[in-house]
Amino acid sequence: MTAAVESYEVTGRKSKILSRSQIRKARISGIALFLMAAVIMLVFVPAVSGVSTFGISTVTDFIQLSPISVPSAGSLWILAGVLAFLGTSQFMRGFQTKTTIFLGIGFFVFVLAMMVWASSGQQFSLVSMLTATVARSTPIALGALSGILCERSGVVNIGIEGMLLGGAFTGVVMGSLLGGWIGLVAATLTGGILALLLAVLSVNFRVDQIIIGVVINILVLGLTSFLTSQLLLKNPSLNDAPIFPSIKIPVLGDIPIIGPMFFNQTVIVYGMFLLVGLTTFFLFRTRWGLRTRSVGENPKAADSLGISVAKVRYLAVVYGGMVGGFAGAWFTLGTVGRFDEGMTGGRGFIGLAAMIFGGWNPIGAFLASLVFGFSDSLQQKFAVLETPIPTEFLAMAPYLVTIIVVAGLVGRARPPAADGQPFEKQ
Amino acid sequence: MDLELRGIRKEFPGVLANDDVSLVARSGKVLALIGENGAGKSTLMNVLSGLYRPDAGEILLDGVPQNFHDPGAAIAAGIGMVHQHFMLVQIFSVADNVVLGVEPTTVGGVMDRKRARAEVREISQRYGLAVDPDAIIEELPVGIQQRVEIIKILLRGAKVIVFDEPTAVLTPQEVEEFFGIVAELKSNGAAIIFITHKLKEALAIADDITVLRSGKVVGHADPATATPEELASLMVGRDIDLSVDKAPAKPGATVLELSEVTVTDDYGRKLLDSVSMTVAGGEIVGIAGIQGNGQTELVQAITGLLPVETGKVLFQGRDVTKLNPRKLHQAGIAHVPEDRNHMGMVGSFSLSENLILDSYYSDQFSKGLQLNRGAIQESALALVQAYDVRPPNIDNTGDALSGGNAQKMIVAREFSRDVPLVICAQPTRGIDVGSIEYIHEQIVLKRDEGKAILIVSTELDEIFSLADRILVMFDGEIVAERLTSETTPTEIGLFMAGNRS
Repeated sequence: MTAAVESYEVTGRKSKILSRSQIRKARISGIALFLMAAVIMLVFVPAVSGVSTFGISTVTDFIQLSPISVPSAGSLWILAGVLAFLGTSQFMRGFQTKTTIFLGIGFFVFVLAMMVWASSGQQFSLVSMLTATVARSTPIALGALSGILCERSGVVNIGIEGMLLGGAFTGVVMGSLLGGWIGLVAATLTGGILALLLAVLSVNFRVDQIIIGVVINILVLGLTSFLTSQLLLKNPSLNDAPIFPSIKIPVLGDIPIIGPMFFNQTVIVYGMFLLVGLTTFFLFRTRWGLRTRSVGENPKAADSLGISVAKVRYLAVVYGGMVGGFAGAWFTLGTVGRFDEGMTGGRGFIGLAAMIFGGWNPIGAFLASLVFGFSDSLQQKFAVLETPIPTEFLAMAPYLVTIIVVAGLVGRARPPAADGQPFEKQ
Repeated sequence: MDLELRGIRKEFPGVLANDDVSLVARSGKVLALIGENGAGKSTLMNVLSGLYRPDAGEILLDGVPQNFHDPGAAIAAGIGMVHQHFMLVQIFSVADNVVLGVEPTTVGGVMDRKRARAEVREISQRYGLAVDPDAIIEELPVGIQQRVEIIKILLRGAKVIVFDEPTAVLTPQEVEEFFGIVAELKSNGAAIIFITHKLKEALAIADDITVLRSGKVVGHADPATATPEELASLMVGRDIDLSVDKAPAKPGATVLELSEVTVTDDYGRKLLDSVSMTVAGGEIVGIAGIQGNGQTELVQAITGLLPVETGKVLFQGRDVTKLNPRKLHQAGIAHVPEDRNHMGMVGSFSLSENLILDSYYSDQFSKGLQLNRGAIQESALALVQAYDVRPPNIDNTGDALSGGNAQKMIVAREFSRDVPLVICAQPTRGIDVGSIEYIHEQIVLKRDEGKAILIVSTELDEIFSLADRILVMFDGEIVAERLTSETTPTEIGLFMAGNRS
């Protein structure tokens, strides 16, 4: 047991002494904090006048809260001061291991400042933006969940984008013909069938999983574009599906802010909450989950204990694909009721980023997708408020956030050990 | 439960891996199965564990013939294997690893972790295998991980337990503990098969020894009377001399000198703490120590793979502390690295490509942008023959070589250079007796040419048979220095455990 004690001492020491790379990281984040303070003072403050008003309830809410008004310039100075203070303390003694957290807080403060700046002299509906955040994070969270299910079993799935798009397409067609619920089932099955292709090629034929994913994405994009021009444009009735209404949950839906965000959404959003919870339970609390994770970590070990690696992977991948197809229905049945070419706009890939950011954990991935959903709905709001930033730049926001998160904040996330490795029985 | 194998035959295309192999393992006894790499031990064990179906022959448990279709069937019949590379999920807890595949559940497949923990505790108490069921595997030392493997097969009711090279990854102290566990399992009536090529361990622990060579049983030995030399000769099929013949060293001028070399890691911990030492031409200096006490870092600091924080490395009187690996290589340092598969060669490259990894850019092997294929092949053929690499096909990939032959190929590349200093880290780790004998001869030959040799080995026997002078490393420091002729393994063993001279 002495060896165990020794290794404990080693890790104990690690937390106290900063490595060179940690010191460098602390410096950079200090500079970033100062830069953000400077932008607020030099760019935002001169541009504002009057007050910024934030609406925190909508007209239909049961409990009406009056909007909050703050003097624009004054609050910007305060926010800049907070950032400068954070930056200074970072340089003085550093936040050590909490550097990343404080950088995150800094970004949040900066986003607040942007909101004050954008809504100066106008009213900014905070609650509708937050509600849109949850709605817009839904396909991302479900896409991430799809990736988690596949990768926890050791199969890399970068075909999520294709599964979303396929689900969106069949969802709208079947929805137009037979109603929204049938459309939802059809979308889910489409994802499952595409995943079956991934499973067959990766498990039985051991084709490179990245290539299969790319093939699925291209195949679905091409197929749906072709069918749109050949089928949907000629038969507009096939591209006119009912949209799922928002369902307000009694009592809970009346809570200010939280109510509209989480308890007044469509069935697809509720389905996402349910799937995130259920999948977490399946993965970490059941026999099926233990076996799935063991196959993703060390398939040889699982095999030596009589667990069928192929069977476990098939199940996880098809389940994941069905989640991806279900997510696709959000784009059509959950929002506009019609299909447009390439309408998923890379949400499947953002879902992959959310999966990594969330550490291959469903709840973590859900929280991560809220970040992406927030940037998505924020850019929409800014476009409506007619800020001087061109809308094309605003539309980049979710992708920019993806790059920043993946490049800067992820770092230590650890994928399943056997992720992407085909398993060959001896 | 008694296990009997009768006339097992297994043929692969072009290879007869097992030919009429029969052996008996009895309840409460330890059978050691020894043989060189490629003698058919692994095939035999795969037949036993249900991974392969034998072409002929029978497996009997307590006299009843068995028919294993898959690993599950062998486990169910009471055969448990502890593989050389542990079959554990690194990020799982001990309990999750143990119950994987036979999970206790409540309704609907929900894990009953309380019962899983209780089952682990129960077995660890019954057999004296202290393990915390909630510990995460990757945080446990190798010796404890091995216990988890044993608990895993005991939970599945194993009566015949097969250990594949169980001591290869253990420290000497852990080996002692492992022998204790084996004794405990024995007294509980398990039949134990112990696969090894460490002859001394086979002699120490076994009740019976069976020797395999080229897929056949070539002999049995009684541990009470057999000697390591006899066993080695049986394994290899010719007389083997385990002791190394060498004349007393005639140390010449100092070739390598380290003065107060310190190396730290990212967290400021000292990996090498003010190490000073010398190696002279015509002598072999051996670095003894338990793995992980700075030997790896010492070699990497000398060969330029790790930056030296403070202190100096002098090579033939010249300061080479700041030189990069290629410059050091060109200055005249040959290096046989400790991990042959990751640092010594590129597995997917052919032998001829592996043999020029360090000199592909030289005028001998390349002209301008083009490699000189002819010269490369010619030199490779000559080296493969001179250093007895088998099979001598220079177009084979490095992966296709057995451990011993891969090591001989690396030795060929490094030793064929006429340089003043040769560093060999773990020169014979995990390789067969025949190759060990050969590599040891080559090392002594180099010394007698007047070269300076630095050997790092965790095998004390190897240090004693090769080195003229022994340095002991502990926790990044050199804690003792002795002439081999003036010390004993017991004394060095105490220094290795941290006692100061």
